[in-house]
Amino acid sequence: MKNIPKITNRKLLVFNPKILKKDFPIFSRKINGKTLVYLDNASTSQKPKSVIDALTNYYKTFNANTHRGIHTMSEEATLAYEKTREHVAKFINAPLSKEIIFTRNTTEAINLVAYSWGETNIHKDDEIIISAIEHHSNLVPWQELCRRKKAKLKIIPIKNDLTLNMEAYEKMLSRETKLVSITGMSNVLGFMPDLQKIIKLAHKNKALVLVDAAQSAAHIKTDVKKLDCDFLAFSSHKLLGPTGVGALYGKFQLLSNMPPFMFGGDMVKAVQQDKAFWNDLPWKFEAGTPNIADVIAFNAALTYLEKVGLKNIQKHDEKLLKYAVKKFSKYEKDGVRLILPTYKSMDFSRSSDSKSHSFTRNSSSPTFDPSATSSILSFSIKGIHPHDVAQIFNDEGVAIRSGYHCSQPLIEYLNLSATARMSFYFYNTKEDIDRAEKALQKTLKLFK
Amino acid sequence: MDLYSEIILDYFKNPVNKGEIDKPTGTASEYNPLCGDKIRVDILLDKKGKVVEAKFSGEGCAISQAATSMLTEKLIGKTPAQIKKISNEEIYKMLNIPISPGRVKCALLGLVTAKKAAISANTKTKTPDTKKSLKNPTCHFLQIKKSRQRGTTR
Ligand SMILES: Cc1ncc(COP(=O)(O)O)c(C=O)c1O
Repeated sequence: MKNIPKITNRKLLVFNPKILKKDFPIFSRKINGKTLVYLDNASTSQKPKSVIDALTNYYKTFNANTHRGIHTMSEEATLAYEKTREHVAKFINAPLSKEIIFTRNTTEAINLVAYSWGETNIHKDDEIIISAIEHHSNLVPWQELCRRKKAKLKIIPIKNDLTLNMEAYEKMLSRETKLVSITGMSNVLGFMPDLQKIIKLAHKNKALVLVDAAQSAAHIKTDVKKLDCDFLAFSSHKLLGPTGVGALYGKFQLLSNMPPFMFGGDMVKAVQQDKAFWNDLPWKFEAGTPNIADVIAFNAALTYLEKVGLKNIQKHDEKLLKYAVKKFSKYEKDGVRLILPTYKSMDFSRSSDSKSHSFTRNSSSPTFDPSATSSILSFSIKGIHPHDVAQIFNDEGVAIRSGYHCSQPLIEYLNLSATARMSFYFYNTKEDIDRAEKALQKTLKLFK
Repeated sequence: MDLYSEIILDYFKNPVNKGEIDKPTGTASEYNPLCGDKIRVDILLDKKGKVVEAKFSGEGCAISQAATSMLTEKLIGKTPAQIKKISNEEIYKMLNIPISPGRVKCALLGLVTAKKAAISANTKTKTPDTKKSLKNPTCHFLQIKKSRQRGTTR
């Protein structure tokens, strides 16, 4: 069937971000007369031509509903849709493709667990553990579930070096702990918690673990078998794929025992006037016509990503972050504060004293642990609001994010009103960071 | 046209009327959760019910800080009712910079706060004035105010 993208696992001969960048049509665009430097990848990634083509190809050549018809196009669409599921399973090393449920995004995947699993398994005085570095989407659903069930939400604090306090986590675990829901990579700090350890400890206490892989899936190899996590959620749009597609992985036994989250067409096997029989996994959780086009194009994204190789991405991430830290730390004397876990010249606490902006340099060059943090550099500038920073960067054609990054409690914990954030991906280059540095210089000149 | 015009930057770096009024007639605080901007506006009314002093405090981006600072100057001599009638367009005109949709909230945060402060001043001044307002029926009182305002804005 020619319409279905072939899954090829051919690796690149050489990894060259400048060549890869050419696969992304968006980079021919100019912003304020300057070539676009896109450093907002933690919000969403750009899309290669192959993904855009897969999307239009579906609409142009085999647009039909899935699982419903026996005509050729419906069969083709169904097959292509299910091929993506198989690919997702392979991508995260899930034992079975029926353990993959398509949602709209990470947020919906987490809500699915909170409603379906949470409603039946969380009771009064049970405890759910999350961390202080979670995105709102891995915080609010649990706040709400705990409110509904009169359960307790416990939050793993962060230490002064902006890493998670694992000792506190160990102490938090108890017989009451029913679930630990934790990010694979913070979208503000780039910090990657020790998932393996967190999951082992949780399982010892008979608690389940959900991993929010929205950020991490795009940067490091996800292996649910090795992690032994119970649930894992991520979004297509952060890893080259279209918006409107998320994936939830859940262990087969767990998903089988969970009630549907939404009701209607497709999720039923047989319907009588007064009752219905649920469909098998994974369709039990996919009510209504799914996002066929975007799911199909997501397959092309995974293919592209595998061609680039997560190992290459990881190496490149590290190189770029080191380079960015070297460049931006030069401006600490001008009030620039790098918000980076394990960063050496950083020392600030929750208090609002003047110390929070003073720097005591221990070594001559800035250091941080690249195994703990990846691809994200948040910063603030004393006396300059992040919105103004982002605006000047935009004038220079450099797209960065400013604000709370959907992590308001964390930003407030850091004693900031907001931050500016650069987030990198494999198509970014050192030249991109040089352009960001130029924008930083302009910002400092303008406002100081 | 540049967003960070010299005037905007000047108001941001050397804000006029930054601070708080000891015993303000009206005060209000606003918070923009999207940006983390916090702004407080205090106004002091004279016996005639006109603003004699206006101050602002809090933190925010250059646009919201400059806009609020400029606005406090504009408030002088106005009655709370007149403050409530200041339009968004007036603020854009005062700023004289291109405000993109993303910065609308920044530009208007000061105005929203000032209007709230005006409302709080109104309720404050009305309560001790109950005897007076009995003598002047409300509709009459409002009419006078309206005509007076028309005179001043023109
Ligand atoms: C760590 C993390 N979790 C969850 C999400 C939510 O993803 P989505 O908006 O695709 O549901 C994001 C995206 O910003 C994220 O960075």
